[in-house]
Amino acid sequence: MDHIVIIGNGISGVTLARHIRKLSDKRITIISAESDYFFSRTALMYVYMGHMKFEHTQPYENWFWKKNRIDLVNGFVEKVETDAKKLLLKGGSSISYDKLIIATGSKPNKFGWPGQDLKGVQGLYSKQDLEMLEKNAPNKKVCNRAVIVGGGLIGIEMAEMLRSRQIPVTFLVRENSFWNGVLPAGESAMINEHILEHHIDLQLDTNLEKIISDENGRAKAVVTDKGETIECNVVGLTAGVAPNIDFLKDSGIELGRGVKVNRFLETNVKDIFAIGDCAEQHEGIGSRRPIEAVWYTGRMMGEALAQTICGNPREYNPGHWFNSAKFLDVEYQTYGWVFSERSKKDNEHHFHWRHATEKICITVAFDKDSHQFLGLNTFGIRMRHEIFDQWLTENKDIDHVMTYLKDANFDPEFFKLYEDEIITKYNADFNKNISAKKKSWKRIFSIA
Amino acid sequence: MGNFDRSMSLAGEPPKALNTGQKLAVVTGMIGLGILILQLFNLNLGNTALWLTVSIVAIFAGIIWFSQAAYANKHKGIKNDGVWFKSISSRGVLAWMAGIALTGFYIVLYFYPHYLGLVKDGDNTGLIALFDPLSKGLSGNPASQWFVYGTMYTVAILAFGAKFIWKYRHNKYEQLRTVSVMFFQTAFAFFIPELMARLNGDLPYYDLKNMWPLNYYNFERYRINGFIDSGSVGMTMLFFGIISIFVISPFLTYKYGKRWYCSWVCGCGGLAETAGDSFRQLSDKSKFAWKVERWVVHSVVVFVTVMTIAVIYSYLGNDSSKYWLTKTMFISGVAFILTAIFSWVMIYKREELAKDAKYGAIGYFTIIAVLIGMHFFSDSANIFIFKAETLRTTYSFLIGSIFSGVIGTGFYPILGNRVWCRFGCPMAAMLGFQQRMFSKFRITTNGGQCISCGNCSTYCEMGIDVRAYAQKGENIVRSSCVGCGICSAVCPRGVLKLENGPEKGRINSQDVLLGNDVDLMDLVNKK
Repeated sequence: MDHIVIIGNGISGVTLARHIRKLSDKRITIISAESDYFFSRTALMYVYMGHMKFEHTQPYENWFWKKNRIDLVNGFVEKVETDAKKLLLKGGSSISYDKLIIATGSKPNKFGWPGQDLKGVQGLYSKQDLEMLEKNAPNKKVCNRAVIVGGGLIGIEMAEMLRSRQIPVTFLVRENSFWNGVLPAGESAMINEHILEHHIDLQLDTNLEKIISDENGRAKAVVTDKGETIECNVVGLTAGVAPNIDFLKDSGIELGRGVKVNRFLETNVKDIFAIGDCAEQHEGIGSRRPIEAVWYTGRMMGEALAQTICGNPREYNPGHWFNSAKFLDVEYQTYGWVFSERSKKDNEHHFHWRHATEKICITVAFDKDSHQFLGLNTFGIRMRHEIFDQWLTENKDIDHVMTYLKDANFDPEFFKLYEDEIITKYNADFNKNISAKKKSWKRIFSIA
Repeated sequence: MGNFDRSMSLAGEPPKALNTGQKLAVVTGMIGLGILILQLFNLNLGNTALWLTVSIVAIFAGIIWFSQAAYANKHKGIKNDGVWFKSISSRGVLAWMAGIALTGFYIVLYFYPHYLGLVKDGDNTGLIALFDPLSKGLSGNPASQWFVYGTMYTVAILAFGAKFIWKYRHNKYEQLRTVSVMFFQTAFAFFIPELMARLNGDLPYYDLKNMWPLNYYNFERYRINGFIDSGSVGMTMLFFGIISIFVISPFLTYKYGKRWYCSWVCGCGGLAETAGDSFRQLSDKSKFAWKVERWVVHSVVVFVTVMTIAVIYSYLGNDSSKYWLTKTMFISGVAFILTAIFSWVMIYKREELAKDAKYGAIGYFTIIAVLIGMHFFSDSANIFIFKAETLRTTYSFLIGSIFSGVIGTGFYPILGNRVWCRFGCPMAAMLGFQQRMFSKFRITTNGGQCISCGNCSTYCEMGIDVRAYAQKGENIVRSSCVGCGICSAVCPRGVLKLENGPEKGRINSQDVLLGNDVDLMDLVNKK
């Protein structure tokens, strides 16, 4: 019987293991040095904020693994011997495999800043990072100020976490508006305002020069490229993540920034695969990046690879792009592609609507010639995934999206609806005369 | 993990401290409560009406002030910071103290009301005497322990309801449903029955929103006589009591799920959602707890059904001028209705029930066997060897008092706020059965957007592992769901929505989620 060994018990590895178990009786082992049981990485922030205990972040009860005959090994893989098909673990033990899947995720980026390895300087990715933050910043007495470097999703989450304990936060963002490499200007500007509303000292267009140490080797201040020195006790490095693959050097497995894989998620070595954050496609699929460090793509790769391993070869062939996040109190969802001004092509035009007072807005991207709907960003309004997926598949045009926008609303019952206001602005902006169709269960469920 | 949890509580000084406003508010509320406690010791404070007013106003003011201090200066949004760090909401010392105090209060209330100052023949003393002026003003009668309890209950729902509305000021669904339970408690449970007592002395106390089996006593002989003797008003109420079981409730549950009752109308639910809101995260989400829940709550249903039938049966036929219904007609009628429901479910919904069908069958045949036995082996006074009255008092003691009061509410700070609703309430079980089998209600999961974070499961007061469904892209259709909407509110990614849609495709289990390869989804999801 095949022995399937998966390194990493994150969403990719665990999804893969579950699906292999559904399809087969193969022996499955998952190795992780991070935690005994699978937990939701995206939920770590809620543990620090006191919304949940760590055990609540574990989607399966502890008996689940034994019942489904998935062996869990707490260990750190130091070396992969591809010829002997063997893994060497820290402490000297070894595990043989028939098929090996690398699902080791990411680690926080460090860009060679002076002082980046001082005490009190940390990223926020793993369970260990959370434990370290609990030590570094238990309260505002121990941590008088934290400086966060890097304006992305983890950065703003870390700021929210620290603010929940009333720790003053300075947020250094390289761009001149928050996350504007991804978000169009109007949305990015709205989030800037929201960050300031939460009393976070947002410093745009500002880079970290160096971190200064105190006499005990702890960070005591940072210096920015504007020449300012900011005293602090904690420095959060949240300038993105990179594949966590150092242990694979010299293994013979082809590496780029990540583990190089083809569309079947196979590496250059037979019977070795890579999925999730650490996998790097030879070429990005469609508009996707070669490395996709996103919860959902990790899950999708796990779903696809399970088929291949169980004798039903399947390419990793993701559908329409989607993602979501939450910026402090503002929920964000995206369906299809909406590019920022910095990266969009000439044919992509935007329609933007923003509420007069609330932190609510949407941006719809469409092709300026064909008027084909390309994608939507929504802030503060929940939208139905199925509906947008269908519209994207059917290449609907933006007029269609506007006309049937009420079908897509997913806000809780009794929430104020803004579709009419949105469409009025759309008509005014583009000199159109569209009227919204009433929400129809029939249409919604013929799709879902 | 043990290590990790310890380090959190030792090293951490997380957002658990009260701000100054909150501290002063607690003192204010405690003064109000203190006046009531002092009254327990029969301190003669003099002007009772004045002191009662001072006490209730102080409690109200304390709670409202506390909410103001907690939420007014914050942005609208989810307010769960520090829930698991605070002693009161994480089974800490304060929680145990509150639990013991509440439990003690319920024991005294149910079994030793004379300690509260209840005097059978003569003037009340102590705490109950403090409430005399209010009771006399409403119904004309002196207060009882139930009046004291009812008043405090209403105060709790109103004051903590205001807190809840403040906390969820970004969520219209939560606000409206809270206004609704506040209204039903104040009008239907508190004012109307008291005023009815003033208008018509023969009418039994009737909280019109309470229907059988929650008010398991509704069809007892003294009440039926009371209804009949009160002429058309009484008959209308009796009629209303019956059609609410057979028509109103099934109709509303079909259209909106059981939430129309459990989260919008019910008094038990009202207290759980308002005063109990701080404890919702304490419910047990394990699969084991779910198993226990199903056995216990359905046993209560069988118990209450048999008990009620026995009680009605025992007094029918003795007085044919009063009751046109005879014993035989009644028992055959009940058997017919039960058989109709059972066959309908078995024929049309057998597949949805799967393994549970067996247990349903056991329940059905138990009741039918008891009915047959009752008819052939009982005389008018006894049901088998028990008196019908003994069944009733046993139910009333075990379920009505111990379960719903002492455990259900007394243990809020330890077991969570919906223990009664989940494990004990026969009404919730019956509505739940219908919700599962025959309703448009579901919680829709939004495609592939779930990140398995666990906020939904953690804050589900009914102990439903919401995430287990959401991360499979599956809609949540569970009989225990009371539709409080908090899972949807706390979801950081907009994944969950409570809605009433077509029955077709209400449950849609998926192995491969939306977002992946369309062909793969087709291949794997085809069952």
